[in-house]
Amino acid sequence: MALHTTRPDVPALLRDAGLAGFVAALLAFPLLGFELNASAQGITLNYRLLWIVYAAAIVFAGRLGISLALFYLAPQIASLIPKSGGLFARLSPHATRYSVGVIMIVLALALPWAGADRNLVDKATLILIYIMLGWGLNIVVGLAGLLDLGYVAFYAVGAYSYAILSTTFGLSFWICLPLAGLLAGAFGIALGFPVLRLRGDYLAIVTLGFGEIIREIIINWQVVTGGPNGIGGIARPSFFGLEMLPVATEGHTTFSDFFNIPFSPDQRVIFLYYLILMLALATNFFTLRIRQLPIGRAWEALREDEIACRSLGLNPTMVKLSAFAIGATFAGFAGSFFAARQNFISPESFTFIESAIILAIVVLGGMGSQIGIVLAAILLVGLPEWFRDLAEFRMVAFGAAMVLIMIWRPQGLLSHREPTLRLGSGGSP
Amino acid sequence: MTTPKPVLTVEHLTIRFGGLLAIDDLSFEARTGDITALIGPNGAGKTTAFNCITGFYKPDTGRMSFHHPSGETHLLERMDGFRIARAGVVRSFQNIRLFPAMSVAENLMVAQHVALQRASIFSIAGFLRLPSYLKAEREAHDKARYWLAQTGLENDADTLAGSLPYGSQRRLEIARAMCADPSLLCLDEPAAGLNPSESLALNALLKKIRDEHKISILLIEHDMSVVMQISDRIHVLEQGRLIASGTPDEIRANPDVIRAYLGVEDHDELAMVSGGQV
Ligand SMILES: Nc1ncnc2c1ncn2[C@@H]1O[C@H](COP(=O)(O)OP(=O)(O)OP(=O)(O)O)[C@@H](O)[C@H]1O
Ligand SMILES: [Mg+2]
Repeated sequence: MALHTTRPDVPALLRDAGLAGFVAALLAFPLLGFELNASAQGITLNYRLLWIVYAAAIVFAGRLGISLALFYLAPQIASLIPKSGGLFARLSPHATRYSVGVIMIVLALALPWAGADRNLVDKATLILIYIMLGWGLNIVVGLAGLLDLGYVAFYAVGAYSYAILSTTFGLSFWICLPLAGLLAGAFGIALGFPVLRLRGDYLAIVTLGFGEIIREIIINWQVVTGGPNGIGGIARPSFFGLEMLPVATEGHTTFSDFFNIPFSPDQRVIFLYYLILMLALATNFFTLRIRQLPIGRAWEALREDEIACRSLGLNPTMVKLSAFAIGATFAGFAGSFFAARQNFISPESFTFIESAIILAIVVLGGMGSQIGIVLAAILLVGLPEWFRDLAEFRMVAFGAAMVLIMIWRPQGLLSHREPTLRLGSGGSP
Repeated sequence: MTTPKPVLTVEHLTIRFGGLLAIDDLSFEARTGDITALIGPNGAGKTTAFNCITGFYKPDTGRMSFHHPSGETHLLERMDGFRIARAGVVRSFQNIRLFPAMSVAENLMVAQHVALQRASIFSIAGFLRLPSYLKAEREAHDKARYWLAQTGLENDADTLAGSLPYGSQRRLEIARAMCADPSLLCLDEPAAGLNPSESLALNALLKKIRDEHKISILLIEHDMSVVMQISDRIHVLEQGRLIASGTPDEIRANPDVIRAYLGVEDHDELAMVSGGQV
């Protein structure tokens, strides 16, 4: 144990600090790396790469300092509290994870006010959609171990549910959101039944086909879905009944009138940003909690060994269907948000490449790591958006980055799995 | 004196894999409260019999009845594997099947899934952390701790099951099966790969499960030091057929068994069977 050695393991600490610096650079990239300049020629983008370097350097030095301080202080602390060595070693990863999560949430909450422009908030909204999708798919792939290549189908079901319910029946976003989730969940079960006996590659192929079938139905069922032309004029979500519009529709009030402030499209962008942030955080909270419940443990057990599950009385049918249904429900929520944000949807938004990106986010994030998925979504969705300057080389750079990451960390960015309970030395989870 | 119903009755069990008759008209009983051993040379069909009893294979013909201590009778050949486990027949595997990336404690919690899932009321009570669920969860933790202590794994609760040494993995499989609340515990070669002192500890554990917890055990085992010392009755299989049944002493003295096991009738090797070296 580290406590008994007198010299710190410098390379390990450096590596650790390096990783922290890298994460800081990733976070700093969208948050600090750009500056918009409005001039007579139009808007130009200034890169503030130095700022990223500063941020990474500060975090690197800070992390190293904390590690060294802990290293030299830990024996003193340990001598003060009897037997706290084990406790200390055990608590720290969980505490770190927790504090990283809190910092990320605070940063996300502060983003629209920290001088970020509308464009950035809009991109952050897009990233959050993918984070939510990643967290949803993580239930199916990361926890239950069911390789699903057709996840975008449920996203599409959610989006079209809201679009159709809203345009034909005039139902509001807040009524449609749960309905869209339910419908997507029902489709999840519908997909689940035929693939109950399949695993691995075979399951992947069938789910891939399912995704395509849904897309074909959307393209061809013109009367309902509008076919390739899609559905337009989808209502925006309201803020507790207050519309985010310049002029109220009859019988309603707008947000700006109610609060007596001038209307600005920024209000809607920021509102949508907070809305998806809440939806995504709800997904995260749900996953963190359900992992500790019997059904969540059953998903992970199913991933580990289906035969052993059966021998202990777990019904694999129910375990699989519940994973598919719940994963699909979150995609449905995300889909209806997407439709509400875009105002317009068409089958082009729900192609296989979307499924592939969401799956890549889960795999790159480290299969089951909630924070890893956030980092991966920022990398995979954020970077290509910001690398538009590279024009046709954008996707090449994207692919190369992915290959490099998978060589560097084949287990994903953050692959640590936090156990769902601790029974040793009477600790609680 | 009335003898209690046997916990398990197998009648005329037959299963074929293509041309291979893996089990041929096998009938035997496991008495309630006994440790019943199933022995036989490699490929005799012992694991296959287990797979039929626990619902992993559907036999071609035959009847298998499980008599729960409560008086209920279950016809196993008609039930799904997971329902058989819920009814109270829980097994371990010859080639260990743990949940390797989950901790030891989590393995034991998964084994209590059925009870916990019921307490969590479609996950709602669990999600809201209602007192009724928290109580069930605490009880599950206590049960897990108890079996960790019984199997000598109390210091490994938070280790990954897959990173345990082999002997501990074997014991964890037994602890996990016990957490699933069996009335009949089926163990497929629990002593395989254990060293002599670990085997001794296993003997003590199995006796304790039988005597203190009143759980019947059906045991497949090659290690004669285990079989001969703790079994109440032994059934010997050879090429899918039952060739002998009896107490350890009767089996030791049975020439058919010696021939089947060793392929020759030789008194030195008979001594090996009796002496526990095989
Ligand atoms: N699923 C299967 N498909 C085809 N043959 C099988 C199958 N399962 C078992 N067998 C065959 O049935 C016979 C009995 O196998 P079984 O595993 O039951 O033997 P065993 O008595 O458990 O032997 P061991 O002591 O080696 O574990 C063997 O010949 C085996 O090859
Ligand atoms: Mg076997």
